[in-house]
Amino acid sequence: MNDFHSGFTLAPEVKPVVATSNWSINDYLGSVKVRFAINRDNYKVKPGLYSVGFPGDESEIFVSANYKLSFDILRKNLNGTDAWILVLDTKGINVWCAAGKGTFGTSELVNKINETLIAHRVNHRRIIVPQLGAPGIASHEVKLQTGFNVKYGPVRALDIQEFIDNKYNATREMRRVTFDFFDRLKLIPVEWIFSFKYMLICMLIFITGSGFTGKEYSVSNLQTVGVITALHIFMAFFSGTTLGPLLLPVLPFRGFSLKGAFAGLLTFIAALILTGQWQISVYNLSMLLIYLAAGSFFTMNFTGASTYTSLSGVKKEMKYAVPAQLIALGSGFLLFVLSRFIQL
Amino acid sequence: MKQNYLKKVVTLEYNKELCSGCKMCTYVCPHGVFEVNERKAKIISRDNCMECGACQVNCPEGAITLQSGVGCATAILYSKLGKTKGEICCDGKC
Repeated sequence: MNDFHSGFTLAPEVKPVVATSNWSINDYLGSVKVRFAINRDNYKVKPGLYSVGFPGDESEIFVSANYKLSFDILRKNLNGTDAWILVLDTKGINVWCAAGKGTFGTSELVNKINETLIAHRVNHRRIIVPQLGAPGIASHEVKLQTGFNVKYGPVRALDIQEFIDNKYNATREMRRVTFDFFDRLKLIPVEWIFSFKYMLICMLIFITGSGFTGKEYSVSNLQTVGVITALHIFMAFFSGTTLGPLLLPVLPFRGFSLKGAFAGLLTFIAALILTGQWQISVYNLSMLLIYLAAGSFFTMNFTGASTYTSLSGVKKEMKYAVPAQLIALGSGFLLFVLSRFIQL
Repeated sequence: MKQNYLKKVVTLEYNKELCSGCKMCTYVCPHGVFEVNERKAKIISRDNCMECGACQVNCPEGAITLQSGVGCATAILYSKLGKTKGEICCDGKC
């Protein structure tokens, strides 16, 4: 669009950054690394205007966050279509989380529309915002302040082409978030990395405690009771960080803490089969309590990763779950100590 | 597989009188909580609401109210412990 007065294009000073739909090896590596929490807090692109291909005055404008993975997934799914991308400054956080915090928000979008002078580059007034950005964007406000009509795109960038071909209509499925097995699997490594430290501390305490038999301390115990206990602790953590999240829809109960406790119970039974130590003992009871506590706690923490838990719901289950987890952990530890002093 | 969270806990409220039938709530809700028939929205699956707040923010008539927030146990624990830890973010995507 030309400037009314001079006939010059008004926006030459805002040079778009050139981007492509293709991913380099580094883009692929980076996308894997962030799943393992490597460099995740600094996986950013510069906010501002980007051009993909050779966009013109009829090309679509897409909005994204400056978390590099959000931006990369968008440009990859443009499949070489010429387009503008407006990257908001979300402090390196993905669209959905940033929308919840408000950094992917109305005022930031309005600022970026104004700063980049995008209105002078296109003849239309459509701007495509990812649906998951909606908690932060009041579309009617954007229209009022900038004249741009917000079109909420599909949840998944994969559906963008079909969305545009359907005259900016998304099907019912395109508007729904899912949380299938692979969605959950991708999130497991981060669960491991965040719980690893606690597992080591826990193992260290319990292995050290394994040395006791009555008043004696025997190092050879570490090789018997110690090894088995370390295995139990590992599997207890595994039940909460991995099994609970992966089996989420098939585990009974609605609350994540109960699902996790159930995963802990299943893992405990598996561990008994594995070690062949079926007897009813104070030691086994103490381990069971540790499984329940760890399974419940870490699966409960998966609520933040899930795509369907409400704040009210999580608060409600935590009111009962957290005290129960603490009691299970505490009594599990006490029974373990007891089992080292009296052989039952 | 359909995944359901706790029943009857969400704070979602909707005032039919104010609704203009613009359908915006049906576009932004990631869980299909709303349906619009005869120019009025209707809550069809209240328990699926995750309180993300998208419908409230995008309702031009102010017909939808809720206490929006993120259903994340880690964030709730951190805030209870008085830690802010900068920007709390719990999931693998954050």
